[in-house]
Amino acid sequence: MKVHVVQDICQGHGRCYALAPELFEPDEIGNGVEIGDGTVAPGQEDAARKAVLNCPERAITIEEDG
Amino acid sequence: MSERTTHTGTAADRFAELDPSLPSEPRGIANEVIDGPVGDYATDFDHTGAEWVADPYPIMDDLRSRCPVAHTERYGGGWLPTRHEDVAAIAYDTERFSSRSVVMGNNRPPHDLAPVGIAPPISSDPPFHHGARRLLLPAFAPQAIAKLEAGTRAYCDELLDAVQGRDVVDAAGEFAQHIPVRVIADMLGFPREDAELFRGFVHDVLEGVNLPLAERFERMQGLFAYLSAQITEHAASPRDDLTSFLIDAEMDGEKLDPFHIAGTMALLLLAGIDTTWSAIGSSIWHLARTPADRERLVADPDLVPTAMEELLRAYAPVTMARLVKEDMDWNGCPMKADDWILLSFPAANRDPRLFEDADRVVIDREVNRHSAFGLGVHRCLGSHLARMEVRVALESWLAHFPDFSLADPDAVTWSPGQVRGPRHLPIAIAR
Repeated sequence: MKVHVVQDICQGHGRCYALAPELFEPDEIGNGVEIGDGTVAPGQEDAARKAVLNCPERAITIEEDG
Repeated sequence: MSERTTHTGTAADRFAELDPSLPSEPRGIANEVIDGPVGDYATDFDHTGAEWVADPYPIMDDLRSRCPVAHTERYGGGWLPTRHEDVAAIAYDTERFSSRSVVMGNNRPPHDLAPVGIAPPISSDPPFHHGARRLLLPAFAPQAIAKLEAGTRAYCDELLDAVQGRDVVDAAGEFAQHIPVRVIADMLGFPREDAELFRGFVHDVLEGVNLPLAERFERMQGLFAYLSAQITEHAASPRDDLTSFLIDAEMDGEKLDPFHIAGTMALLLLAGIDTTWSAIGSSIWHLARTPADRERLVADPDLVPTAMEELLRAYAPVTMARLVKEDMDWNGCPMKADDWILLSFPAANRDPRLFEDADRVVIDREVNRHSAFGLGVHRCLGSHLARMEVRVALESWLAHFPDFSLADPDAVTWSPGQVRGPRHLPIAIAR
């Protein structure tokens, strides 16, 4: 599973890095950015989905495996 | 707004024009004032109407099911969308809706104020908006806000220690309202003892929408005179605060116009005060009348961040406004140039099309795509600061007072206008 924040859509609400701090971090203006290449480590799948479902701008894409 | 000039002289030269250049009379487009009781909110809505101020949610729900975009002739004409998708569409559409004014009242600012507006960046339109906002974002990013948390917590504790042992505490007047005032005064580098003055400015600008224009203008001048004095003083002796930062800041390689600086300072000073105060107050109000939720948070403080999001959804304090740029048909609504849009994030947050049990507070709601801080390019600049303040205030309150209730439900008063929250909130403290 992989997550990605679409920077053109993100407005820096910060829900993703608050809810899934292992997967997202703020950049210097507070926009959310996926950590590394966005690969979701085992056990982090629920956090990833929660971040997606709570983004007010719907700025996060998620790529399920298989 | 004066033309941008290149400032090569001393700080005193640069800001010399600021005070005397204030317009001596109100500019803009005034409309006939219509007041009196509202007949039908679908065709005559008024966000300062008594029933709306007391409890707007049943009215919003009713409008959403039968309109869903209400209209009014008041304030020179305006529209009120109540569905999330309509609120979102307008928030995203900066081409057809301007932020030239975000406070719906009886005066529209002159067109030549766009795209900067009176308090950039909230009053600005793209493309100017982008740069004006960009320069402020780092100071309000979560990394910067985290540094203010310990001081905020100490101040909340200090306020509550002072009322410890009392039977009744006004959670709005004695607690909530003081927190954002202290935090923003420190960030801007204003004297803490001017707090009472700032609360007065908030009242004048945001709650005085139906005052006679001349009186409203006079009060605004008081605010800008205060800010001019602060700018001049900071220019003479710079320090590590937001005022000095703005004086030094550059956009496109040039220092900011003095009016841009003053407008942004007005925004930073005012926008965070009654909004945050309202969110804290509404949260305490809810917990005071909902023992199950209160007990759950006392037992499980780790739930506070989740609960806070739900309280922000259900009692979103802030409604914005936009102005229609040109005549158009918008989803069947015959909008005219300079009609207001009352952009109700509180109504959007209670849309059952987006939220299950939209009218109920579900304190552990996990999927919560609320828009209490707006949507699109104008997302509340201070949202990270507000969230920190509300969370810390609730944690401090619950640690001091685990058992409390409304002392007198009928004594609770709510602010009128576009920022909704309790202004008098007597809480009975159990011991």
